Amino acid sequence: MIAAIFSLAILGLFLGTSLGVASRYLRVEGNPLADEIEAMLPGSQCGQCGFPGCGPAASAVANNEAPVTLCPPGGKSLAGELAAKLGVEADLSDVEDKAPQMATINEALCIGCTKCFKRCPTDAILGGPKQIHAVISDACTGCEKCVDICPTECVSMKPIPVTLQNWHWPKPTLAA
Amino acid sequence: MRGLKLFKIRGGVHPNANKQATHDRNIAKLPVPGLLRIPLLQHIGSPAQPVVKLGDYVLKGQLLARPQGAISAPVHAPTSGKIVSIGKYQAPHPSGLPVPTITLKTDGKDEWTQTWEYEDPFQMEPAKIAEIVANAGIVGMGGATFPSAVKLGLRNRYQLEKLIINGAECEPYLTCDSRLMQEHAAEIIDGIRIMMHALGVTETLIAVEKNKPDAITSLEQAAGDHPGIKVVGVPVQYPMGSEKHLTQTLIGKETPARALTADLGVVVHNVATAYAIHDALRNSRPLISRIVTVTGAAIQNPGNYQVLIGTPVSHIIDCCGGLKNDPEKLILGGPMMGQPLPSTKVPIIKGSGGILALTSKEVPMKDPSPCIRCASCVNVCPCGLLPLEMAIRAKAGDLDGAAEYGLMDCISCGSCSYVCPSHIPLVQYFNYAKGALTEKQRAQHKQEEIKRLIEARKERMEKQAKAKKEKLARRKAEMAEKKKQVSETSA
Repeated sequence: MIAAIFSLAILGLFLGTSLGVASRYLRVEGNPLADEIEAMLPGSQCGQCGFPGCGPAASAVANNEAPVTLCPPGGKSLAGELAAKLGVEADLSDVEDKAPQMATINEALCIGCTKCFKRCPTDAILGGPKQIHAVISDACTGCEKCVDICPTECVSMKPIPVTLQNWHWPKPTLAA
Repeated sequence: MRGLKLFKIRGGVHPNANKQATHDRNIAKLPVPGLLRIPLLQHIGSPAQPVVKLGDYVLKGQLLARPQGAISAPVHAPTSGKIVSIGKYQAPHPSGLPVPTITLKTDGKDEWTQTWEYEDPFQMEPAKIAEIVANAGIVGMGGATFPSAVKLGLRNRYQLEKLIINGAECEPYLTCDSRLMQEHAAEIIDGIRIMMHALGVTETLIAVEKNKPDAITSLEQAAGDHPGIKVVGVPVQYPMGSEKHLTQTLIGKETPARALTADLGVVVHNVATAYAIHDALRNSRPLISRIVTVTGAAIQNPGNYQVLIGTPVSHIIDCCGGLKNDPEKLILGGPMMGQPLPSTKVPIIKGSGGILALTSKEVPMKDPSPCIRCASCVNVCPCGLLPLEMAIRAKAGDLDGAAEYGLMDCISCGSCSYVCPSHIPLVQYFNYAKGALTEKQRAQHKQEEIKRLIEARKERMEKQAKAKKEKLARRKAEMAEKKKQVSETSA
């Protein structure tokens, strides 16, 4: 019996110590799931979800505090990906699948105040003081940060135009 | 022709050729219409940039728009006249979307401009030939419309051995290449010799389907005394005219997935491209017209016509005596891979080889029924894919699943839809899925690039903030120094 107590005590001591050491040296900073989700989000820190940026939004989604449908620029496809990642059923019917949008500047109204291009998180606006600004469409995420700040209300959001280069056949509608 | 071993390709179908209505109609010149609509995007790549202004008077062959970027092609005036609009106009594309277009009001004089100086192409550097081909705006005339000059420059990157000239014309109804080979065999052979010089190859195979014996004979006669040029009759089998399958038939090697035939040392050009290259190098003429087959049971007088680029389809149909009855389908290109025309207002472009007005008898439309998994589509797929598996995934929206079954290797030949006993729109599903998948990849790529921009901006902002802080600290120190000095001097 003494042998049993002794061996169990040794075992307990050993396992306890190794657990303690492991918790110290193999510690994971933050929630790894949050990092993975952050990598999936657009990353423009636009704040349309109500969180201060994509990082906090990702941790909220990871902790089940926010729905997977929170990201308007990501649209339906991102919501679907997030749902698959988290293994949850998401009601995607509510997600308004807004066609991807981009900012456009009304050149007649632009006074060249540089406010919008300083605010753009992706450097998608080109301009200088008292020069008409322009949007680089390939870099615009449609985060709408530039819309409110414009003093002359010359920035508006428009859907990205469909051209021969990005058009594709719709899904055949015939039933089969 | 004799003695060359041909290799089998898998799958394929044998649709009714329906070429009898036009195969003995000589190429006729079509009257010049009053207005020409010349799209600036007639090729794969970026649209050309206009170099003329509204109201300019231009001569035939004058440059209207210059290429933009590495993969692009210029556009020339098909006849003389006045530029009446530079804007957007409906494209000859199933979407019917507008593209940048120059509208030319023709003056009927058809007066040529002075183009480039003639030089003997065989004395030229190969790069110079490619340059002239680029300046002439020549693109792949078989329908792919890839700028030909880029393909002539492949010798710099690949070890090339053979040039294959594609005269298969496996699409039913079309006879434009067949007529060109019969009537202009000598010019085609000359164009081929120029291409061989540009590519630095010594062997050329001209592949023509065996159902065109007249074309084979005239090409053989024209090629007679040129060593290295062989005319080969290939089996009648759709899609023989696909460049990868033609290469496999002739040299027995299969082009790897998502690779080019150039990886096998082979470059494939269409016969009409060879003719256009001859015209550019020998007659100093840019590409401003093409041969179009106008046929189908709804056309009054079917035939082959030399049509100026930019001629509206309605004008061409009118010149063929109009429509006999309401066509069920109006198609640009062949019946297998051609695309529906959004309207007859749209113009002919460099890649359009045919206008088909088909009656309901020719295109029996039946409602699709469920897949019975008969695997007929698997038997005919020339790429060795499983169309039925790809289709159920595309239908369910599982694009990645379809891609795993080789969706991106599908050439959209339509053989599967042709044989499907359930009339399932298989190739239509694949066209949709390929487009949707490309769109997804484009969005992903954009997101990655934007992340890079955000990182760069963050870094820059931090640097700026740091520089500002340092400047402030320096300024503070200087001020303190000054104060100290002032207090010292005053003391």
